[in-house]
Amino acid sequence: MGFHQTKDASGVAVVQVEGQLVVGNRQELKDLVQAALDRGDQRLLIDFSRTGYIDSSGLGALVSISKKIREAGGELRLSGLNEDLRSLFELTKLDTLFAIAETPKQALASF
Amino acid sequence: MPSPLRLCVRRSAAPDGESLGTLVTLRLPSEVECIEEAVELVTRHCLAGQDATTKTRFRLQVVLSEALSNAIVRGNREDRRKWVDVRVELGPETIRLEITDEGAGFDPGAVPEPIHPDQLDEANGRGLYLIRKLVDAVEFNERGNSICMTLRRP
Repeated sequence: MGFHQTKDASGVAVVQVEGQLVVGNRQELKDLVQAALDRGDQRLLIDFSRTGYIDSSGLGALVSISKKIREAGGELRLSGLNEDLRSLFELTKLDTLFAIAETPKQALASF
Repeated sequence: MPSPLRLCVRRSAAPDGESLGTLVTLRLPSEVECIEEAVELVTRHCLAGQDATTKTRFRLQVVLSEALSNAIVRGNREDRRKWVDVRVELGPETIRLEITDEGAGFDPGAVPEPIHPDQLDEANGRGLYLIRKLVDAVEFNERGNSICMTLRRP
């Protein structure tokens, strides 16, 4: 479980959530995104292709991250949500708050 | 490194004496690092020998994670001297999960709807809403420190 950070050829900071995004590790993700913003990254993609489940703290962390990126003048995309994960965003109406792409490739192309 | 779990799992016949059900109990300390392992342990017991769909597994994982998180963070305020008790009744048609903390309790009726447009941008307040959406029934005790969630087996 953890976060894997890379940068794609076009300069987008990509974070893969491996395992769960929950109350126990949400701060780590927030810190990681803050560090990327501090480095001057403006385009960020969070990919959930390797994610098991997300709890409400994880969803809340994504809301906070989204606000921070917006305030910094940056852009955030989400990708790789399977049917179960997507249902969490739909149930909480957060699918209306985030730009969600099917795959990381599609997300990267949408910047 | 997460602290080592000191879990106690007991199995016995269902309270009605029939051999159809199983009662699983588990006690965990008020440490968020314990939640994920507890979720996996309880989920594994709930679905043992069952041809469960991934949707059922996912729902169980999310609602357990939510309820344990609420109990540890909001109920026991991460006080390591306090415990969270999990009681699971496994029947042929239902899974009944009861999670109890040592906190003062809360009024579940006073929690605002997180999907209201004014609330959508808030970082907190989606846990109970998600639980209600993902299980078939939710009940609280009078004090509000114990939640009981029932899922019907598919």
